[in-house]
Amino acid sequence: MSMQMDTQAGSKGRAGLPGAEFAKDLMTEFVTVVIDGQMLGIPVLMVDDVLGARTITPVPLSPKAVAGVLNLRGRIVTAIDVRRRLGLEPLEDLSKCMSVVVEHNGEPYSLLVDSVGEVLAINSAHCHANPPTLPENWRAVSKGIYQLEDELLLLLDVDGLLNFAQPIA
Amino acid sequence: MDDLLNEFLTETAESIEIVDVELVKLEQDPTNKSVLDNIFRIVHTIKGTCGFLGLPRLEKVAHASENVLGKFRDGEIIPDAKAVTLVLESLDCIKDILLELETNQEEPAGDDADLIARLNAMADGKVSARAEGTSKKVGGMQLPETEGGLSREELDALEAAWNSIEPDEDMAPPPVANGEETAPAEEAPREDPVHQDMQDAIAAMQAASAAKGASGGAKESTLASQNIRVSVDLLENLMTMVSELVLTRNQLMQMVRRVGDTEFSVPLQRLNHCTTELQEGVMKTRMQPIGNAWSKLPRIVRDLGIELNKKINLVMKGEDTELDRQVLELIKDPLTHMVRNSADHGIEDMARRKVAGKDETGTIQLNAYHEGGYILIQISDDGQGLNVERIRKKVVANKLASEAEAANMTDQQIQKFIFHPGLSTAEKVTSVSGRGVGMDVVRSNIEKIGGTIDLVSVEGQGTTFTIKIPLTLAIVSALIVGSGKHRFAIPQLSVSELVRASAQSEHRIEKINGTPVLRLRDRLLPLVHLDELLEIHDGGRPAADEGFVVVTQVGNYTFGIVVDRVFDTEEIVVKPVSPILRDLQFYSGNTILGDGSVIMILDPNGVATASTQTVSNDHEDAEEVAAAELVDGEKETLLVFRAGSGTPKAVPLSLVARLEELDVATIEQAGGRDVIQYRGQLMPLVRANDNVKYKEKGLQPILVFADDDRNMGLAVDEIVDIIEDRLDVEISRQNPGIIGTSIIAGKASEVVDVGYYLNRAFGKVVKRRKAKTEADYNGRRLLVVDDSPFFRNMLKPLLAAAGYDVTLVSSPTEALKLREKGKLFDIIISDLDMPDMDGFTFAQSVKAEGPWTQTPIIALSGLADEKSVKKGKKSGFVNHVVKFDQESLLTILATLAENDEKGVAA
Repeated sequence: MSMQMDTQAGSKGRAGLPGAEFAKDLMTEFVTVVIDGQMLGIPVLMVDDVLGARTITPVPLSPKAVAGVLNLRGRIVTAIDVRRRLGLEPLEDLSKCMSVVVEHNGEPYSLLVDSVGEVLAINSAHCHANPPTLPENWRAVSKGIYQLEDELLLLLDVDGLLNFAQPIA
Repeated sequence: MDDLLNEFLTETAESIEIVDVELVKLEQDPTNKSVLDNIFRIVHTIKGTCGFLGLPRLEKVAHASENVLGKFRDGEIIPDAKAVTLVLESLDCIKDILLELETNQEEPAGDDADLIARLNAMADGKVSARAEGTSKKVGGMQLPETEGGLSREELDALEAAWNSIEPDEDMAPPPVANGEETAPAEEAPREDPVHQDMQDAIAAMQAASAAKGASGGAKESTLASQNIRVSVDLLENLMTMVSELVLTRNQLMQMVRRVGDTEFSVPLQRLNHCTTELQEGVMKTRMQPIGNAWSKLPRIVRDLGIELNKKINLVMKGEDTELDRQVLELIKDPLTHMVRNSADHGIEDMARRKVAGKDETGTIQLNAYHEGGYILIQISDDGQGLNVERIRKKVVANKLASEAEAANMTDQQIQKFIFHPGLSTAEKVTSVSGRGVGMDVVRSNIEKIGGTIDLVSVEGQGTTFTIKIPLTLAIVSALIVGSGKHRFAIPQLSVSELVRASAQSEHRIEKINGTPVLRLRDRLLPLVHLDELLEIHDGGRPAADEGFVVVTQVGNYTFGIVVDRVFDTEEIVVKPVSPILRDLQFYSGNTILGDGSVIMILDPNGVATASTQTVSNDHEDAEEVAAAELVDGEKETLLVFRAGSGTPKAVPLSLVARLEELDVATIEQAGGRDVIQYRGQLMPLVRANDNVKYKEKGLQPILVFADDDRNMGLAVDEIVDIIEDRLDVEISRQNPGIIGTSIIAGKASEVVDVGYYLNRAFGKVVKRRKAKTEADYNGRRLLVVDDSPFFRNMLKPLLAAAGYDVTLVSSPTEALKLREKGKLFDIIISDLDMPDMDGFTFAQSVKAEGPWTQTPIIALSGLADEKSVKKGKKSGFVNHVVKFDQESLLTILATLAENDEKGVAA
């Protein structure tokens, strides 16, 4: 992980900016994924694995957002359909989806996404707070927006996404 | 936390526990030297370590405790109840301080001056009984006498200490060595530095002699070093790794089986063996002796005994019996609860025991042993047993059953109510028990881990609880089943049997009031369709009566789970479900099968709970439902056959014992009748009517009717079908053997009168007289009480055809239930010989009180001898009819009806 100490930028008083919880002046790496055309960034340190298409065993009577369970090298991982969690239209065949495995409260979860992109290093200096026009469901899982050249990257709040006690949509 | 402190806390906690147990032992055997030494040494070590670690408060308490213990050891004080209680109190104080230490890493503020003062007072002999004649007094203080006298060093130490003390006028000059008696001077010891120094000196001497005693202890420590401490986390990791290994091994073995013999087969066999051994070994590390769960009990029982003023002796057998750590943790509390109950409610106080001719000291016995894949634990006491009447009253008072129901339950059934939440028959709520939240929690905790609990109790003699729990929870044998596109695992332990159900086999899934049930041998089993329960059925389901029924038992409740396919049994490693799925009551875990796929493990408990929403708990109720269903005129299963004329004939299938096809060549003649050899007996054979001809040769279809041990065969032309339809017998024809006609499956069919054929077979030929027209007593309500389903099924069409409105019940208990509900009848017909309550008692009960006192009641029985007729009349029966004599029955009913109309008292 490369770290550029941009001390001058830091002293320019970014403290007031909400959403800038990341260590100031550090470059943080994110794994980018796409959900319904929107690019999301997951902190690379939270990601255990990136998986290709695999068989998922559905669990009858489980919450809708739970796509099922899968076997990852002998560990049973719960697969979460992120689209469903966000209240979006689910994809047809989940067994063809790629997924990103994250750890939450000591348990592994596989987040099913439309596609997985590359790892980006981001300077927190360019992060913005959630714009007021952001829809409710995205707002609930977003820690902030980062402006890339062509598009916006939404920084995913993984804990919020996996906190099933809080309904999102 | 500081490592050193951590270790100290762990060790000290363990030591304190040991001292607890040892002290109780000591109380029962005050002169046991080894126990004394052990206790003293442990407390002394604690004190020393406290000093070393700079824990003054602990040190002071330990020190004071040690003093008293020293007195015990030297025989100066007898460890009686008072003394031991005080020492135990100091141990409790130490425990509290340790707890604080663990939480805050510091000793709590404050001091224990009061406790210490009392301990010292006891040590100085001012409180408890002193041993006679062995005390030496030195100016108001006692010099302890150590065995073998004081050695040179000890004397020196004493002298040195003494010399360092400033002489005080109040104290008489001390004689130093032993062997000198001084007049005991009863002076109050003063808490002054002199005093303290003396105590220290004496303590030093004691330590010196303790050191001697320690050499005996050295042998023990070499033994101790053969065990080592391992952190639980490490073991858990090891266990997980081994489980993974087991699963991978399973996968490999599966592949080998598929592929057949290759160069891999031999090494894999070896791997297989090694893995199994490794698995067993690691499982053993998780095994702990059940004595660990019992360790606190001696103290608890002792304290309870004192608190309740009872003498209780705790006997523990089989404490070495091992079981899984996880299971041990889960049963610790239930066991403690039950022992407390025994002490509190079971064992009587000394006076009552004497009166009952029992030994003053009550005994609670714990016994543990292995059996099958289970560990059995028995907790028995020789106390007063369960007071059935009191429980009965409580049950009724808490509305758990009506009075009549409760009155008819057996003692065993009433006793089982103690597992019901909210039921406590304790007169008062003591601090020990009586809050009524106990036994149901105990049972649910035990059932959660796949165990069962049962009890046997005899009033006046005592109670025994038996708990049966599986040896381990980690790896279980499971049956893999399929429902729809899904596969599930059901723990083998809960599965009693597998039944294949289809419309053609003898096991059929039937519907009673819309609830599916399975007829299994002589029971009706409530069923639950797995695909419905889990909402996974696709629309085009095959017929609901096809499939496999997994007969599952949860506690006392047996039911069946209907699945589409059964695969095989596998050993699976149970992994807990993800937190998100934890609320789902149907799953108790998930696992990875040999082929790598993940499947959910069903929780029989959860499934049972869900299924009982529509069907009641006891399978007997399901039978009642079945009986009631017959009453309601709902569909019955009918056997349709041809016999003689073109009109199809029908008979309720429930009346038919078996359908047979027997070789006509085996039909013989005996006593002018046709008989056939059947199951080792000669069975009388009757042709359905004169138009039925026996086949020339080959197999003759025969319907076998049975009642008790009598079989008879009805020869027919052809068995056509089995149909479910309503049995509304419409016209009563006067052909012998036919009750009437009913539309069955759209066709007018003749309903056969089985009784008629039975009479033909067994000798009584009865000509049926014309029954009076229905109009006379249309809608007369009859209640028929008979435990034989055969007779109930036989009478119903008969009586219905005669125009009565018939209600059938299988026992007087059921009948009385109806009475509770306020149902009224015009005439009651009752069998005499019934298991639950005989007809006479029933009649008496009916005539005694309630809404039926004026209802005429007729007795039905196999015999009509004078004695029983007389007895019947006395009990209140207005008439007595022989079972097969339908003609008389109908006549009598008609007469009664007439009399009623005429207003004559029945």
